[in-house]
Amino acid sequence: MEEQRERLEGELLAAIAAAADLRALEEIRVRALGRRGEVTALAKAVGRLPPEERRAAGQAVNALKRTVEEAIARRRAELERIELERRLARERIDVTLPPRPRPEGRVHPVSQVTEEIVAILADMGFAVAEGPDVEDDYHNFTALNIPPEHPARQMQDTFFLEAEEEGAPLLLRTHTSPVQIRTMLAGRPPFRIIAPGRVYRRDYDMTHTPMFHQVEGLLIDRRTHMGHLKGCLIDFVRAFFERDDIPVRFRPSFFPFTEPSAEMDIGCRRGKGQLVVGAGDDWLEILGCGMVHPRVLEGVGLEPDVWQGFAFGLGIDRLAMLKYGIPDLRTFFEGDLRWLRHYGFVPLDIPTTYGGLSR
Amino acid sequence: MKFTLPWLREHLETEAGAEALAERLTGLGLEVEEVADPAARLAGFTVARVREARPHPNADKLKLCEVETRSGVVQVVCGAPNARSGMYGIFAPEGTVIPATGQPLKRAVIRGVESRGMLCSAWELGIGEDHEGIIDLEGGWEIGTPAAEVLGLEGPVIDLAVTPNRADCFGVSGIARDLAAAGAGSFRPRTITAVPSTGTPGPDIRLAFPAGAENACPAFLGRIIRGVRNGPSPPWLQRRLRAIGLRPISALVDITNYVMFDLNRPLHVYDAAKIRGDLVLRFARPGERLLALDEREYELDETMVVIADDTGPVALGGIMGGESTGVTEETTDVLLEVALFDPPRVAATGRRLGIESDARTRFERGLDPAMLLPGAEYATRLILDLCGGEAGPAVLAGRVPETRREIRFRAEQLPRLAGIRLEPEEMVRILEALGFGVAGGPETYDLTVPSWRHDITTEACIVEELTRLHGYDRVPPVPVTRTEAVGRGVLTPDQRRRVQARRRAATLGYLEAVTWSFVGEEQARLFSDGEPIRLRNPLSSDLSVLRPSLLPGLLAAAARNIARKQETGALFEVGPRFLGAGPGEQRTAVAGLRFGAFAPRHWDVPRRPVDAIDAKSDLYALLADLGVRVEALQIAGPPSWYHPGRAATVTLGPNPLASFGELHPGVLEAFDIELPVVAFEFDLEALPRPKAKASKTRPPLEAWPFPPADRDFAFLVDADLPAEDLLKVIRSADRRLVREVRLFDVYTGPGVPEGKKSLAVTVRLQAQDHTLSEGEIERVAHHIIEAARSRLGAELRG
Repeated sequence: MEEQRERLEGELLAAIAAAADLRALEEIRVRALGRRGEVTALAKAVGRLPPEERRAAGQAVNALKRTVEEAIARRRAELERIELERRLARERIDVTLPPRPRPEGRVHPVSQVTEEIVAILADMGFAVAEGPDVEDDYHNFTALNIPPEHPARQMQDTFFLEAEEEGAPLLLRTHTSPVQIRTMLAGRPPFRIIAPGRVYRRDYDMTHTPMFHQVEGLLIDRRTHMGHLKGCLIDFVRAFFERDDIPVRFRPSFFPFTEPSAEMDIGCRRGKGQLVVGAGDDWLEILGCGMVHPRVLEGVGLEPDVWQGFAFGLGIDRLAMLKYGIPDLRTFFEGDLRWLRHYGFVPLDIPTTYGGLSR
Repeated sequence: MKFTLPWLREHLETEAGAEALAERLTGLGLEVEEVADPAARLAGFTVARVREARPHPNADKLKLCEVETRSGVVQVVCGAPNARSGMYGIFAPEGTVIPATGQPLKRAVIRGVESRGMLCSAWELGIGEDHEGIIDLEGGWEIGTPAAEVLGLEGPVIDLAVTPNRADCFGVSGIARDLAAAGAGSFRPRTITAVPSTGTPGPDIRLAFPAGAENACPAFLGRIIRGVRNGPSPPWLQRRLRAIGLRPISALVDITNYVMFDLNRPLHVYDAAKIRGDLVLRFARPGERLLALDEREYELDETMVVIADDTGPVALGGIMGGESTGVTEETTDVLLEVALFDPPRVAATGRRLGIESDARTRFERGLDPAMLLPGAEYATRLILDLCGGEAGPAVLAGRVPETRREIRFRAEQLPRLAGIRLEPEEMVRILEALGFGVAGGPETYDLTVPSWRHDITTEACIVEELTRLHGYDRVPPVPVTRTEAVGRGVLTPDQRRRVQARRRAATLGYLEAVTWSFVGEEQARLFSDGEPIRLRNPLSSDLSVLRPSLLPGLLAAAARNIARKQETGALFEVGPRFLGAGPGEQRTAVAGLRFGAFAPRHWDVPRRPVDAIDAKSDLYALLADLGVRVEALQIAGPPSWYHPGRAATVTLGPNPLASFGELHPGVLEAFDIELPVVAFEFDLEALPRPKAKASKTRPPLEAWPFPPADRDFAFLVDADLPAEDLLKVIRSADRRLVREVRLFDVYTGPGVPEGKKSLAVTVRLQAQDHTLSEGEIERVAHHIIEAARSRLGAELRG
């Protein structure tokens, strides 16, 4: 019997090692360990041995069974691995193929920069106000202390509509400042608002378009003075351009609706057809501002000896051009796909003060 | 406003140079646009002596000059007829940039003879018109003396942008006063003395304006000066005028320009011999014409102030003189005009006639009335000095208006509005230096406003003056901080939706465009039945009405892209559209369009043109994002600018909400577009407002544990049956168990009878509280088939 067991072990292990695939291996398993299998038969034969031999023979057959089982398991794993490798080799594709297109929309720089501006000023407590694009003479001019003979009221600067209201033609607002008036007439002080929007001037050349975008700012309370105006705008431009070293300068200027009035310049460098914001030998005007004129306050029913504050107006398109190096204002409004893809913003790049305004 | 540094120094005693003064001026609100130094351009040019000039061996008109220069004797070939031995001229060595041409001078061989450098003409140096002969200096100059010194150039030229409120700074003296008040030097007003009359009066002068319109010309002074000689003005005057860009004409005209820029006092001179009768100031009569000094003829109307003699208008008040009475070299008797005109009227007249003149610029901003008489004396003195003659008496029509104005200024307004404090002495010093009369103090001052400062009207103006002179840069900045510790959202719900619509559209693959708020009238008519909202003064016919829709602007952009071979694209815009001009008729619209193919050519993406369902898909995704329950939307016929069979209006209950679809071929033709275009559009205002909810809690999740069962059905229906009808019928077959219905195939072709189509649907069934049995599933399937058959005539496909 011992002889038989040894021979069987040799045969089976050789067969297992030679099994070419899982099916052949399964056949060997049945031949060896199945109900009628050779190892099974040997185990049965143990029962017929004399009792004193049974124990040793039984242990030997069990050892054979284990050896065969282990050999089969090992071979199976190996064959499965080979099989998988073959399948994977068969399934190979060309991964250099270009990917399938996914939507790639963009947000216009004017929208993006407007949101950047709102994010900064909202952090200083300004809320967003709005007004209509079609305005009347009162809100656009009279209430802002712009006299009837002012050049801005003439046909060459302002778009007038054929439609009239109270005998005066309606017009397209020439600045976002009428929103100051609407805000002050509609609410009660204190006021702290910004108003972004479209504005219109009758001008079309290298650096002017008949429509562009402004943000108006207005802060009215009992104590705000020019120091606050400067602080607010200095903090604003440094946050907007994301640089703490931007030189700023305030120059006296003139607007009918502010007194004192100022223009704010930031430092820049010019060269090679490019304008770089920051320390440099030149200045660039970026906004007009001032303390709200007492006549404007009186006009909306606020006592100028009690209420005071500042207003400012800045050009969104111009800020976008400066920050992102966009050379030509006119291209903003052409809807050129190439331009929009190049200068536009990824839709999920939402400017915030906590996450940063831009990448 | 241009002036030169030496000119300024006649009014301001200062050591400061041009650059330093320019910085002070900008800090005062007198923004310097440019500082140019013509002397700097002549740095390389020096005095040289022609030792010998002899004929060129190979050319009759050229001369060979041996020139003694700063760096030795050189040989120069010269073509000037006046080149001669012994003369002194201005020499440019090789490499010098010639101002007139901007080119560097090169060594040359002229007709076989080498020439190293050049003897220059006034034209070449940019200081005169003469380019015939070379500069011939009188007297013996030391060789090598800089040209700028010899030619007596004016020095640096400063160009200011004067804001509309600072009319007084259109004269050098006004600028000097501001600088002096800022501590940049001491002000030296011109000493003006009266010139006594030694002759008889000139023509009589009358103001003839209707009652109520007297302010058209409150005062007009005329003074006759007889026996003048009107030749070229002296070199210093010519130089000064030329430096600021004016062309010297004759002594008399140059004097008027000089006084205008010096004292901001425009003048006019008439050839008295050419005036017929007396002068009358009046409004022009309809049909009257004037040939002005710019040699153009203007047609006048009754709003314009003219100075007329017996023949009609001879000058336009405050704007320009007339040709017929202009002074010439032959003029011997001159009438000097010094007048005041109503600024708005001057502005309106100038605008209407399209005349921009230095006089108009000054009159329309407002002159100093108190300068009328001194200005006349000063000009008279200059005429006598430069042209000789005898002055008659001044004839004043009207009278110089009293302009004394007072402002009470509370000193506390300065810290209150500007955030700075000044010592009372400093405040008084600044105000007095600016010309204010100051009384009272230190809490409250009674100020008399200078007659030249029409812009000073309120206490705030005084605050500006004090702050401006003290320096805006010395106002300490104070941060503006919000009042609450944590910032609250500052956007209104509508503003948030605008941001969201924009970013959602971009994630769908659209590029955001910003197009004009105005379009052409014909384009507008394609998208609206209403009356176009016309502009009175459009820039062009294609920007003449307010847009009733965003689509024309986007279509025009698409057409431009297609013309540039960008034939596949998606554009959207969020912006205003206008139903009417009135308040409340503006809407914030969202519109998008896709044109050409759905996607660019790609190895694995089927090439297909955009279709209406693309637009619908984008629209529904957007609406869902904006809080619209898209399951509740219904479909109705589209607006006229769409393809009637491939577009729809989307409604929510009775309210139209949006539209989408393929654009009408007629519309595309109007934009010259030959590719398919699909679009969607809606107004944010039309969408249901999101409800402001007190609680942010969401309803509990319904994730039932019992397994769903999916069953597929293919129905044969009439070809024109809306698929939505079938889906609705299936959904309502068992509202409890039918969880989801999806159309997965639409088929016509072999196997489907003519006039029919096959719609294949998969239905997911699920119960809330138990596992569905086969029997239940069969029963629902039966209901579905029955309902489809009985309500829509649908047959289950075998």
